[in-house]
Amino acid sequence: MYRIAAREDLAPITKLFKVEAPEVAHKAKAGQFVIVRVDERGERIPLTIADFDHGTGEITLVFQEVGKTTKQLGTLGVGDELASLTGPLGRPTEIEKYGTVVCVGGGVGIAPIYPIARDLREAGNTVISIIGARNQGLLFWEDKMRSVSDELIVCTDDGSYARKALVTEPLKELLSSGRKVDVIWAIGPAIMMKFCALTTQPFGVKTIVSLNSIMVDGTGMCGACRVEVGGKTRFVCVDGPEFDGHQVDWNLLLERQRIYLDQEKRALELFATSQCASKEGK
Amino acid sequence: MAKIEPKRQPMPRQAPEVRCRNFNEVAQGYTMEQAVAEAQRCLQCKKPSCIEGCPVQVHIPEFILALREGDLWGAVTALKDKNNLPAICGRVCPQETQCEIKCVMGKKYEPVAIGRLERFVADWEIAQGVRTPPLPPSTGKRVAVIGAGPASLTCAGDLAKMGHQVTIFESLHAPGGVLIYGIPEFRLPKAIVRTEVNYVQSLGVEIRLNTVVGKLYTVDELLTDGYNAIFLGTGAGLPMFMNIPGENYNGVYSANEFLTRTNLMKAYLFPEYDTPIMIGRHVAVVGAGNVAMDSARCALRLGADEVHIVYRRTKAEAPARAEELENAEEEGIIFHYLTNPIEILGTDKRWVRGIRLQKQQLGEPDASGRPRPVPIPGSEYEMDVDMVIMALGTRPNPMVFTNTPDLERTKHGTVVANEIIGRTKKPRVWAGGDIVTGAATVISAMGAGKRAAADIDAYLRNPNEPWWIEPEKTN
Repeated sequence: MYRIAAREDLAPITKLFKVEAPEVAHKAKAGQFVIVRVDERGERIPLTIADFDHGTGEITLVFQEVGKTTKQLGTLGVGDELASLTGPLGRPTEIEKYGTVVCVGGGVGIAPIYPIARDLREAGNTVISIIGARNQGLLFWEDKMRSVSDELIVCTDDGSYARKALVTEPLKELLSSGRKVDVIWAIGPAIMMKFCALTTQPFGVKTIVSLNSIMVDGTGMCGACRVEVGGKTRFVCVDGPEFDGHQVDWNLLLERQRIYLDQEKRALELFATSQCASKEGK
Repeated sequence: MAKIEPKRQPMPRQAPEVRCRNFNEVAQGYTMEQAVAEAQRCLQCKKPSCIEGCPVQVHIPEFILALREGDLWGAVTALKDKNNLPAICGRVCPQETQCEIKCVMGKKYEPVAIGRLERFVADWEIAQGVRTPPLPPSTGKRVAVIGAGPASLTCAGDLAKMGHQVTIFESLHAPGGVLIYGIPEFRLPKAIVRTEVNYVQSLGVEIRLNTVVGKLYTVDELLTDGYNAIFLGTGAGLPMFMNIPGENYNGVYSANEFLTRTNLMKAYLFPEYDTPIMIGRHVAVVGAGNVAMDSARCALRLGADEVHIVYRRTKAEAPARAEELENAEEEGIIFHYLTNPIEILGTDKRWVRGIRLQKQQLGEPDASGRPRPVPIPGSEYEMDVDMVIMALGTRPNPMVFTNTPDLERTKHGTVVANEIIGRTKKPRVWAGGDIVTGAATVISAMGAGKRAAADIDAYLRNPNEPWWIEPEKTN
């Protein structure tokens, strides 16, 4: 069950897995996510579905190694199996013909923006994409994004590749240029999505974000993922993950992402120690 | 005739000061001597009223007789004829309001400790190695059972015993439903749940984990995919909140989240297990049901200095079992009756720092028949806490109804069903347990699963019309 069929290292800490999950692949739509457990003692973490293939029955997951669980996930290779994979969860992206849309992907958020851009283009939209990362090493899928976009703008925070800029800069220029933009999607770290939403708000262009809150079950059972949107409590797992970025209480989301910071640090240290020990053992 | 022993055998339990810091089972079970001595107290009534009190009609006097005659396998057979999950029921059923309240002994003395005897017999069987009963030939009929909690496990087990081919679809990575995510280890060890689930699987029931019906398949897809009948036993899994200011601060948990992290994900063993949980020093639990007691006692075991129960009515109206209230009191949980939160106070970083409470007085009865709590103006005060757990009850999860508009529901989100036989308004779909009644007990869910299994069996053998029968016209 849930065998890893392919692995690609997109960047030093960004990994791609193709996982065998035929039924999930069959039902998956752009914008949805799965909940994954690495092993029997593992926590349940949400990962956005970056792609799916009905033919091979595989889904593509892209993740950045930031904590214990994602680092452990990064030690797996082709032939290894995940302890569990549940999905597809969350509401799919509402794909329609809107006219001209902008798809912004920041860092690891480039992966989930890809199927959305692809499906929006297939639906007849003019797709302008903006992708960015902290540096060249963290950037990936430029070609894939180009293939599904009418225009592609690439930038890095430090200027090590393409234009030196945060994704919000070309986004603002685009909107200021007077070009008619109907809807914007922005996916990436919460802080990036927050600033994208703040950038687009004065222009009054609907901006959809995909929130990455902490989850447990992913089916509406626990409420760990709750956020406030338009002053109302919403569950990211069942009401989202996509919401109107102009309505999200970003500071609450950012604080709620920090609940387990101390425990995460401790788990990571223990994991690093155990990895060193097992390497020495070899 | 031997002299009647007025008092029941006491249950050996961990001392409160010891157990409040560990997750081991509180009640440790009778010894063989105690069990036989307690079994001697049963009067073996010709017309036993205890059975009437049992939602699944266990042959109570029969299993107790076999036990006291030393025929333990006979006791097991009598018990499991009606109950697929006796080790669970023996631990979590509210026997004091069901079978034991009907016990004739109780009129003058203490009633026979039926629940403790049930647990003893079930645990004895587990120690010997659970035996699978002979199964009838297959009927060739397939039934999909949605959810793997008490209603579903019971329904699936009974259907398998009738010769049907049953597949359970469970959304989590472990079967058991509330038995595994909700009820804590110290009240219901997870090894016991696994054993009972293994028994149901040994009857030929297939369990498909990580499978969310409503997402991966819809109910209609299962019906067209070759399942002859569907039983919905997905329970009431959605948490409720109060909609008061501050409820989304860090440190406010739903009881569902707090218990799921603790029990299903084993956060009490962090970092040996990966799932973290906040350790509150001063914890307020809002509500006074069994889930509130479980949450409070888990918080204590995780290392809290003080745990407070905040409840808007009085002890007399508290929905928790008397035994659970007593356990919590013994362990030092502090109770604030006639008290209701009106705001959660936070730091500038939005972490919980306190809770604002208001005193209540009891007024006229409300729709539930219980006296309505009425706020006392000017009685507001603050309590310093760093964690708040909302244990206010739960509602059914609507996910299972995705794209199935013909499954009629009530305004409370429960599914409309004939509660006697479990039929919903949608042909070939049955439902039972909390999804129909709203949050109730494990045993009432099991009773519903059992009755639905009987009706599914009858229907599959002889599809009878009309499909919908009003409950009062049900035989």
